Amino acid sequence: MRETTNSKGLVKINLDPVNRIEGHMKIKVLVENGKVVDAYSCGHLFRGFEIILKGRDPRDAQHLTQRVCGVCPTAHAMASARCLDDAFGAVVPPNGRIIRNLIQGANYIQSHILHFYHLAALDYVRGPETAPFIPRTGDDYRLPDAVNDMAVQHYVQALAIRRRAHEMLAIFGAKMPHITTIMPGGVTEKVTPEKVNQFRAILQELTDFIDNVYVPDVFMIAEAYKDYFAIGQGCKNMLAFGVFPLDDDRDPNGQNMMIKRGAYTRGRFTGVDPKKLTEDVKHSWFKDETSGLHPAEGRTEPEPGKPDAYSWIKAPRYDGLPHEVGPLARMWVNKVPEVVNLGEKAFSVMGRHAARAIECKLIAHAMFAWLDQLKPGEPTHMPCSVPQEARGMGLWEAPRGALSHFIEIKDYRIQNYQIVSSTSWNGSPRDDRGQRGPIEEALVGTPVKDPENPIEVVRVVRSFDPCLACAAHLVEVASDRCHTIQVVT
Amino acid sequence: MRRISRREFLRICTGATAGIGLLTALEPTIVNTLAQAAEGKPPVIWLQGSGCSGCSVSLLNTVSPSIEKVLLDIISLKYHNTLMASTGAKAYNFLAEMADKYAGQFVLVVEGGISTAAGGAYCYIAETEDEREISMLEALKHFGSKAAAVVAAGSCASFGGIPGAAPNPTGVVGVWEIIKDRPVVNIGCCPMHPDDFLGTLVYMLKYDDIPELDEYNRPKMFFPDIIHVGCPRCGYFARGIFAKNPGDEGCLAFVGCKGMVARARCHQRQWNNGTNWCIAAGAPCQACSEPTFPDECSPLYGRYRVSD
Repeated sequence: MRETTNSKGLVKINLDPVNRIEGHMKIKVLVENGKVVDAYSCGHLFRGFEIILKGRDPRDAQHLTQRVCGVCPTAHAMASARCLDDAFGAVVPPNGRIIRNLIQGANYIQSHILHFYHLAALDYVRGPETAPFIPRTGDDYRLPDAVNDMAVQHYVQALAIRRRAHEMLAIFGAKMPHITTIMPGGVTEKVTPEKVNQFRAILQELTDFIDNVYVPDVFMIAEAYKDYFAIGQGCKNMLAFGVFPLDDDRDPNGQNMMIKRGAYTRGRFTGVDPKKLTEDVKHSWFKDETSGLHPAEGRTEPEPGKPDAYSWIKAPRYDGLPHEVGPLARMWVNKVPEVVNLGEKAFSVMGRHAARAIECKLIAHAMFAWLDQLKPGEPTHMPCSVPQEARGMGLWEAPRGALSHFIEIKDYRIQNYQIVSSTSWNGSPRDDRGQRGPIEEALVGTPVKDPENPIEVVRVVRSFDPCLACAAHLVEVASDRCHTIQVVT
Repeated sequence: MRRISRREFLRICTGATAGIGLLTALEPTIVNTLAQAAEGKPPVIWLQGSGCSGCSVSLLNTVSPSIEKVLLDIISLKYHNTLMASTGAKAYNFLAEMADKYAGQFVLVVEGGISTAAGGAYCYIAETEDEREISMLEALKHFGSKAAAVVAAGSCASFGGIPGAAPNPTGVVGVWEIIKDRPVVNIGCCPMHPDDFLGTLVYMLKYDDIPELDEYNRPKMFFPDIIHVGCPRCGYFARGIFAKNPGDEGCLAFVGCKGMVARARCHQRQWNNGTNWCIAAGAPCQACSEPTFPDECSPLYGRYRVSD
């Protein structure tokens, strides 16, 4: 973290790495008179999934793309499976749909608890006096000792709880991370009364923790740090693709889902038209002439060292505007009362933590009914085959926000595969019009008391639960053009 | 406290205790021998390269010892990007300081492959105070040279894994292709299994030695034989009953199962606290334990092609 003060009194702070997030991220902020006046978000890992996927059996995409992210592989499995279902014309039986929902629900619970306790909480709770809990960033710990001790206990308890969520997931997912049972047409695992009961018993344990520990802890911390309801506002545009289909009818608009598709743009609630998705690259290390395309037609030619560029992340935009994705966006566009009743305060660091906890509770409770709908002995999978030529799109929600996969199949092989994932949205750099990405925008105005320990900055960044593990811009050098995939989950 | 011999350690590790946390029997020994003086906990540094953090998540899924025991009683985890409290140059400075202080003593754990293309520029892990970007390649060479030993956690760090799959756009290789003057122990599987990892780490810390390795530097005690020999669907294979689709009854060999080449103990230890595993759930084994994963294991639903 380097600080330099120039002649105008601007202090520059580089944070690299930003820890307790997934993957490799750098944040740069400029501070003037104790406030952030400008911010840059930078993704620092490039792997190359698209070039790896090209030419492979389309069914492999669903397994390979999970490795984009070890924290939310289920979300990639699901976006990819839906993308393949779409391309293959696959029919998923009710048991298959419900098991997929249960697998995804289990990982929402795991991910949200992991994020709050093990990634975010150490910004508010003083951890034990041993590595990796020291050294710390500053000393703004406000909880009374007894409460702080209890929160540390909950940190430890949450380690076991999130593990239990993965065990619950594995009942139908075989293993986690990187499940092997989801495939186009459903899932391979069967429904038995024993599995349903085993799942229900763990779900009850998790729900007890969510209701009695996680949600109260979030509101306890929100109370002690209530100034953070006014910090980290962001772009106030919200986007959600929807998750958890509740029936087996075709649902092109994502309305038959527990968490529905929707947007909140320029202060108005609207539907989502996937045609309005674009990705800009003016400030990313890709050639300018590839900017502004729809992701399904995306082209990217890397240009490391390009002037004015500062990230491997591209800048996805909806209707030309940056949009925040994630629990706050989902709860806001679904008009969940506990969140919309916060009004303006919802667009904040604590608003995001609160929305995440409320969402976790809603999902966990909904899962009991899904378990009751499973029919032991009935099929979980309908066989389907790889088409010679097809296209497919899978819109889904990772715990961290809107996720989309796109496939083009030619001669039974992957011709092109594209992913735009949650942190591409939230962690994006500026677009061609110079509009900051949501995290950058949320940082502007943040007070910074001690530039040596900019805890306020990392609190804002972590409220988005960024996941850079998968920052991958995927380059396919074809004869006449290059495609890209950018994956930041 | 009961002493435990190496022979016994190996017996426990390789015991066919399906569904029971592998290290349950070892736990009292581990905690007692390693959690002595406050300063006595062995230092461990964990770096992440071109990977997905899935092996870190898998580590969190350990049951016995529990992760809190691991973190608070067994090791002193000096640096881990996803878990540690600090951020920025302060975190990196701490890493450098710890690596110097414990030079020749700490175990370096690497998660994710090592991107070698473009001088390492596809994966930066930190920036120094004078604004110099540190690539994973540079960090591995630098900190690897100070480590007592290196553990490559998971498929990517061991063999390149999926980021290293053809045509390997960012030149990802396994750690052992970079570190030549230190022992490198490879823990295969995608992700690594926490029992395989912690069992190896505990062995190394307890005996100050490397366990016996196979030709791919995997500990033989955890990668003893192919899954096929212990597969519960082996009876179907013997009777020639083959599944037509994944999920069907029968041997999964014709729908992609690579259990014939996967050297791992999934059929014994399973995953997620013995909850389930791929073949039991009707999903063909992908042989994610092998250096050939994923290229020679693809198509994942296709029959295994013997390449010789």
